[in-house]
Amino acid sequence: MTTYIIRRLLLVPVLLFGVTLLIFGMLQFLSPVERTALYVRDFPKNDKAIEGLIKRYGFDQPVYVQYWTWLVGKVDKASGEREGGILFGNFGYSRSASQPVAELIARRFPNTLDLTIWTIAPMILIGIWMGVQAAVHHNGFIDQAARVFSIIGTSFPTFVFGLLMLLIFYANLQWFSPGRLSDAYTQVVDSSAFTHYTSLLTFDALLNGRFDIFLDALRHMILPILTLSYISWATFLRVTRGSMLETLRMEYVTTARAMGLPERDVIFKHAQPNAMLPVLTLAGFSIVGLLGGVLITETVFNYPGIGSAAARAATSLDVVAMLGFALFNGLILIVSNLVVDVLYAFVDPRVRLS
Amino acid sequence: MTVTTPTGDNTLLGENVATRKIGRLERFFGPENYRILTGLLKTPASIAGFVLIGFFIFISLAAPLIIPPVTPNDPFKIPRDGFRSDPRPMGSEWTRNVPDVPFWYKAVTGKDEWVHLLGTAEGQYDIFYGIIWGTRTAFKTGLVVTIATFLIGIIYGSISAYYGGWVDNIMMRIVDILLVLPSILAVLILASVLTPKIGKSLIPAMVALIAFGWMGYSRIIRGDILSVKERDYVLAARVIGVKDSRILFRHILPNAIFPTLVLASLAIGDVVLSFAALSFLGIGTEVGYADWGQVLSFARNWITSLNTYWYIIVWPGLTLVLFVMGWNLVGDALRDVLDPRMRGKT
Repeated sequence: MTTYIIRRLLLVPVLLFGVTLLIFGMLQFLSPVERTALYVRDFPKNDKAIEGLIKRYGFDQPVYVQYWTWLVGKVDKASGEREGGILFGNFGYSRSASQPVAELIARRFPNTLDLTIWTIAPMILIGIWMGVQAAVHHNGFIDQAARVFSIIGTSFPTFVFGLLMLLIFYANLQWFSPGRLSDAYTQVVDSSAFTHYTSLLTFDALLNGRFDIFLDALRHMILPILTLSYISWATFLRVTRGSMLETLRMEYVTTARAMGLPERDVIFKHAQPNAMLPVLTLAGFSIVGLLGGVLITETVFNYPGIGSAAARAATSLDVVAMLGFALFNGLILIVSNLVVDVLYAFVDPRVRLS
Repeated sequence: MTVTTPTGDNTLLGENVATRKIGRLERFFGPENYRILTGLLKTPASIAGFVLIGFFIFISLAAPLIIPPVTPNDPFKIPRDGFRSDPRPMGSEWTRNVPDVPFWYKAVTGKDEWVHLLGTAEGQYDIFYGIIWGTRTAFKTGLVVTIATFLIGIIYGSISAYYGGWVDNIMMRIVDILLVLPSILAVLILASVLTPKIGKSLIPAMVALIAFGWMGYSRIIRGDILSVKERDYVLAARVIGVKDSRILFRHILPNAIFPTLVLASLAIGDVVLSFAALSFLGIGTEVGYADWGQVLSFARNWITSLNTYWYIIVWPGLTLVLFVMGWNLVGDALRDVLDPRMRGKT
């Protein structure tokens, strides 16, 4: 086990180095003037100022020097302050959002985390439940229905499904609306009477004892949750079904049946736990994917998470901000993939022995 | 599936061995690949998929006959009927930039003059025109991106697999790194970096989709080559001193490429989906280009009044769903055929 974790840990710096190199590479597409957004708020006005900045931040230096400056930033000799340096959390200045990228991420990420937390249960549990049903009724009506459902699910682009949800539940029925909170509650949340314990809105509302705000926040999240879940259900269904079918064909299941165990116990106590291994991996990666912000869903529902911020930066060609998001995203993904892999090795001994 | 016994009965074993005539096609593709092909043509779902794909191919080929372009030099520009911002309903009168009336029009609609069959989107872009000519955009982007990613993936994966050892290790770590970023984000960044350089067109989005799209193929072909590489005929070729590149491209690749090829050809649906997502977000083509994602993105400003303007999302959305579904139906059947557990069952 320890060797497995060590081997897996050794890969992390390689991946981190690779990802920073990749992002730095994409940064090279920008002109030095555009790259000054890494360090200063406003575009330099005249040629002299531009030249000064280029000199100051080493854009005239060889590429490897620039890479190093980009990583650790530049310490001002007079004041001793550090400018730039992604290793110190300075991702530059987002011109589309008019604030530093790191601040933007810090403000938007709790919303994405909130959405992720509430999406996990419906996404995974219902998907697995459908997959098990399909496998148990292999080739029966339920299986065929599940198949049709999963094909329709994989064929629906996220934004079409999201727009459809808005058409039905917002424009026609007026049950749920896009955004994060109703206007009246936004004022309450922004006022000093509301304490931000966790900065996750739903939990803060509960901790403040404002059940009405909690419900309102949840009401705004239902359509994004439904969209995200619906898109994933097809995959969960397919993986669970396949793994379940394979397990049900194993000899120990036949033995259990031959011993006269009730079919319920055979399926849910003996087959399902073993069939859940591949589903577990999928669940891990899905959650990690959600954490990175869901660009399209958040954009369609106007949800102020990290994904919609990235989409907005992209449309206004705010590349410095985009690369900041990419860096943050890469970091989340590398770390949480590591966690998923190690957890998986705990659950399935075959992984760590191979 | 490898029943190739030439004679009808095997007297030695005292039993009849079923013989099967081997057709010319099967001889051409080889038994395994032939099985994949026939497997794809057997289930009703995949046939429905092929029908859908065929339908869209027909539309894209017949686009100039279905609705003739208003500006023949630039047929992908959706004609605008004025500049009013709010969409107009289906069947409303078409006053400016009217296309020629094609032969089928009167027979089907019973009218002499063009109307906006599916309404207009924000800025009076005709939705019907956008959908019909968007089919061509879809095939164009889908084909180019798929072919390019396929070629890059094949070359990269086969070099990695053939040389093995540390070359393989490094090349595959690079793939790992490229796969760390979620693909939509990576594509979005590259496209938005390239857009100011190349200008607003299909190209930035396509280049970005290619740059971050080939890794899957290189992994699959690598696995297939690793198994083919150990065959005796490869050893034989090496013994008589055939060059590396020739062994790789003449002996190994043709025997390993088929599953990846089929997989790639069905990825067109996914590519079109990603492309539509990009142009929905506003990356890619200039406003008014006939492209499904673009037509759908017109709806973004009208979310609050979608119950009046439902047609601006339902028709392009339905088209996109049907298109992707066609490829997915065939792809689903393919997954069953390629599944090793299904082998031997036809």
